[in-house]
Amino acid sequence: MMDIAADDDLYKAIILEHYARPPHKGPLADHTHYDEGINPSCGDEVELFLKVVDDKIEAVNFDGVGCSICLASASMLTKLLRGMSVEEARKFRLAFKDWITVRDPEPSPVDLDELEALGGVRNYPVRIKCALLPWETFEGALRKQSPN
Amino acid sequence: MTIKSLSRNIENDFPFLKGVVYLDSAATSQMPAQVCEAMSEHYKLGASNVHRGVYEWSVRATDRFEDTRKKVAEFIGAGDERECIFTGGTTDALNTVAQSWGETNIAEGDTVVVTLMEHHSNLLPWMQLAERKKAKLLWWEVTDEGELDMAQLPAILAAQPKLVALTWVSNVLGTINPVESLIPQLKEHGATVVLDGAQGVPHLPTDVKKLGADFLAFSAHKMMGPTGIGVLWGKKELLEAMPPCRFGGSMILSVRQDRVRWAELPHKFEGGTPNISGVHGLGAAVDYLQSVGMDKVRAHELELTTYAFEQLSQLENLIIYGPQDPAKRSGVLSFDFHGIHPHDLATLIGREGICARAGHHCCQPLLKKFGRQGTTRASFYLYNTRADVDALVAALKKAHEVFKEVL
Repeated sequence: MMDIAADDDLYKAIILEHYARPPHKGPLADHTHYDEGINPSCGDEVELFLKVVDDKIEAVNFDGVGCSICLASASMLTKLLRGMSVEEARKFRLAFKDWITVRDPEPSPVDLDELEALGGVRNYPVRIKCALLPWETFEGALRKQSPN
Repeated sequence: MTIKSLSRNIENDFPFLKGVVYLDSAATSQMPAQVCEAMSEHYKLGASNVHRGVYEWSVRATDRFEDTRKKVAEFIGAGDERECIFTGGTTDALNTVAQSWGETNIAEGDTVVVTLMEHHSNLLPWMQLAERKKAKLLWWEVTDEGELDMAQLPAILAAQPKLVALTWVSNVLGTINPVESLIPQLKEHGATVVLDGAQGVPHLPTDVKKLGADFLAFSAHKMMGPTGIGVLWGKKELLEAMPPCRFGGSMILSVRQDRVRWAELPHKFEGGTPNISGVHGLGAAVDYLQSVGMDKVRAHELELTTYAFEQLSQLENLIIYGPQDPAKRSGVLSFDFHGIHPHDLATLIGREGICARAGHHCCQPLLKKFGRQGTTRASFYLYNTRADVDALVAALKKAHEVFKEVL
C-alpha cells in the first residue's frame, strides 16, 4: 500500500513533518514581540515570539498546543518569515490569507513555498481558521510590543 | 435500522440518516418527521399568536401551546404544569434562575457550589453571580475516574451552600451523577439545587419528585425537538416568590402609570411572544419519546454503550474518559486515540461519514483537569445501532493509518 499521508488531500507529508518535528518550537528568551492566539471552538493556543531588530525579523519561534494544521502552519511561519523586514512579513501574511480563504485562488504574488501544502483546507472550511491562527497571532504580536 | 431493543421500527422516521453515522446527539439530536410536521402545521394551517386572541386560529394555537405544557409536566413527573416555564433552551433557563432567584437570594459571604463537570451554561451564570454578590465560589472536584469526588461531600455540606449547581449527566464524561441520593443531603444542609438536565431528560426516565432538585433545566433540541425552545421546571413556592426578569408583553396582570402587577405562573417568566411552533415541536417530541418509552430508550443506549466499550477497547492506545462501567454512564463517549488532536481525528473520521464532535465541549475546567485541550466525542441516541459503532471503529483504524508515521 502506498504511503497514505503522501497523497492525502489535507494531511500532506510536509504538514505532518512540520507537526512532528517543528524546527523553531519553544520560547525565545530575547524576544521583542509576543502574542498568544486562542481558537475558542477547540481551545487551541499558539504563542509567537518575535525578535525584531532594526525592523527586521531576526528570529521567530512558536509554542503551544493545537491540531496538526494549526501547528504545521505555525512552524512554516517561523521558517518563512525569518529574515524578512516587518513590512515584507505583513505583506506575506496578507497574501497567504487572501490565497487560503478563497475557493479558487489566483497565483499568489509572493512565493508561498511550503504553505501551498495547506491549500487542502479549502475542502474543510472549518479548518481554515486552524491554518490562519498563527498568522493572526503574528499580526497581534507586531501590534503588541513586549515589555522586554 | 432495526433496533431490537425498541418496541417498534423507527427507521422510516429518520430517512436522512441513511448512509450517515450520526454520533453527535449530545450536541443536537435528529428530528423525526412527526416533529417537523407538528411545527410546520402552525404555519401551514394559519399562524396566530397565543393567548388573548378570540378568533379560532388563536384559540387553536393557544390550546395546543398550553396542552404541551401539560404534556411536558406529565413527562417529567411535575404535579402542576404551571411549574413548567418555556424558555429559549437550557442556557436561557439557567440564566433565568441566576438572574431571578440568584439575584434575590444570594448575598455577600454566601457559598455557591459548582461542580467541575458543569457545562459552561451551568457554570458561568453562577461564577458571574458570585462575583457580583461577593459570594464564595466552591468547586466540587471530579475524580480521575470521572465521578464527583464523594470524599469532598462532608466539606461541601459543612460549608452550608445556599446554592448547588449540578449536572444530572456530564456532556463530556457521560457520568450519571447519583442525584437522587445526593440532593436530599444537600437540601438537608439548606442548599437550593439547580439541576442541569440537558443530557439527562432526553435519555433517562425523568421524575422531578424523585430527583428532588429545586430547579431542572432542559432543551428540546437534544430530545428530538427543535432548537430555540426549552423548559425551566421549578418548585411552585420558589417560582412564586421569584421576581420576573424579562419584561414585556404577556407577563403582566395589569400595567398602570403608578403600578404594575405581574402575571401568575408560568406567564410571569414568559415575557414576549413565545416560540410557538417550537413549543408544538417539543410537544410532538415528547409524544414521540413516550411512544417508544423512556425505559426502552435508556435500555437501548446502555446496550449500545456497552457494545461500544467492548469494540473500542480492542483498539490500541484508545482511552475513554469517565466511568468504565457503562451502567454508570449515558451514551456519551469522549476519547483520546493515540494522542491525535481531536480536530484532526474528527476531520479524518468525518471523511468516512462519521459525525462526531471535537473540542472542549463547553467544559474547559473539566478538560484541564484531565490535562486536555479537547477530546473527540461520540454520543448515541435511540436511532443509533451497533453498525454505527462498527463504522466508528473502522474509521478510527483508517485515521491511524494517516498519522501513524508521526505519532
